[in-house]
Amino acid sequence: MSALLRMSNIHKSFAELTVLEDVSLALAPGEVISLLGPSGCGKSTLLRIAAGLDTHFHGAMERNPLLDFGTGSGIGVVFQEPRLMPWLSVAENIGFADGRRADERWVRQLLRDVGLEGRGDALPKQLSGGMAQRVAIARGLYGRPQVLLLDEPFSAVDAFTRMKLQDLVIKLAAQYEISVLLVTHDLDEAVYLSDRVIILGGRPSRIVAELDVPLAQPRDRRAAELALIKGEALTALYQQPT
Amino acid sequence: MSSQAQPKALQQTPIAGWSAVRLLRFTPVGLLLPLAIIALLELSVSRGWVPAWLMPAPSDLLMTFRELAGGPLWTHISASSQRVLLGFGIGAGLAVLIGTLVGMSRQLEAWLDPTFQALRAVPGLAWVPLLLIWLGIDEVSKVTLIAIGSFFPVYMNMVAGVRNVDRKLVEVGTQLGFSRAALMRRIMVPAALPYLFTGLRNGLSMAWLCVVAAELLAATEGIGYLLTDGREVSRPDLVLAAIITLALMGKLTDSLLKHLEKRMLGWRDNFNGKEQSQ
Repeated sequence: MSALLRMSNIHKSFAELTVLEDVSLALAPGEVISLLGPSGCGKSTLLRIAAGLDTHFHGAMERNPLLDFGTGSGIGVVFQEPRLMPWLSVAENIGFADGRRADERWVRQLLRDVGLEGRGDALPKQLSGGMAQRVAIARGLYGRPQVLLLDEPFSAVDAFTRMKLQDLVIKLAAQYEISVLLVTHDLDEAVYLSDRVIILGGRPSRIVAELDVPLAQPRDRRAAELALIKGEALTALYQQPT
Repeated sequence: MSSQAQPKALQQTPIAGWSAVRLLRFTPVGLLLPLAIIALLELSVSRGWVPAWLMPAPSDLLMTFRELAGGPLWTHISASSQRVLLGFGIGAGLAVLIGTLVGMSRQLEAWLDPTFQALRAVPGLAWVPLLLIWLGIDEVSKVTLIAIGSFFPVYMNMVAGVRNVDRKLVEVGTQLGFSRAALMRRIMVPAALPYLFTGLRNGLSMAWLCVVAAELLAATEGIGYLLTDGREVSRPDLVLAAIITLALMGKLTDSLLKHLEKRMLGWRDNFNGKEQSQ
């Protein structure tokens, strides 16, 4: 099957500074890819290009025409911060794309999916960080996307909440058959969640390593195979020139 | 009371059963200052410290109010209120629209904002002669003056409000493929509401200022007319009655807006000035 998103030879610079050089990647249907790298390596920039939020770059970014068919909006995005509209209730935030014409049954289903059943009328200020991020995930899923782009979505919550949110996202992605492109600086998270880990590094950044994680979901965080792949990834990270 | 650590001199002897203190505790603190002033005035007029023909005693003022309330007071209040409502509605409405557009577009700002800033520098009253020449002395000129006066505070705050909208929230809309109009309606305006309300409340007080100015010059009814009338017949009680009416009307309309603000901005998660203790 052909890729849902294909980025070829992406170059991106801010003013004089080149941040991304010749980066190519393709996201296949049902695939979970992690973009891993130190902060400032341009991984979020790459995600913004994929989301269509950044259009000033060199190279090609192809969306599979399939993404524009059907009822879905094709791509859903969850940012690092929840980015909820503070004046809207939780339910209104989830159905934000459609405003007053939001599909209430679907919103209720998503509330159940992310474990916030009955909290639809709450305001964002009444939510904890983890709950707010759950709402953001539900909002990302509202458009029935085929691709979900996640920009370090778990970096602002505590370790325990992070594990729960990771499991939630991977479960929902499988349930709704969504491909995931996840940006993260957390090696454990990348290896635990994804089918493929792409490591960015160097200045300007390019892909320095690509690791397959051929383990079925759901995975055991304690599994020896995961530790082995983590080791490989660490080696790749340390080998890159600084 | 465990105040052993305190030096003896600082300890206060509690006055048991002093009912005035208890009474004070249940009175809204905002009322204390006006009440004190009224009491002082009453005292100084009745003692003859201030001549009554310059400063009527509060009790005389109450009589004037009673006399006015039986007749023209309500006509004056309704005339002024209608002018304020109409002028403020037009001025603030235009300001919200133009302010949002200017806030959203740097280009539009470059075109319009310098002119608006120059016009804003003109004191509202400077328009009066021109408005009288152009529009005559009837309602239109008064309403126009009020609209001009209330436009600028609302406009300034609306632009600032839109410019302060979190870029990250706007990006959510952009990612969802919102049009410019949808971004404006669904993200910019709601997010700018706290600023807008500040602007509206400033604009409203400007509107009351302008209505008095307009009515002082040419009017047969209205609170401003009551002021002129009081001066012409040398009755400070009339003037004071008009001033108090203005204060009450201004406070009343502002309270309405404040109430609306509280209801519409309940979602804010800000510092609200509450004292930390208690």
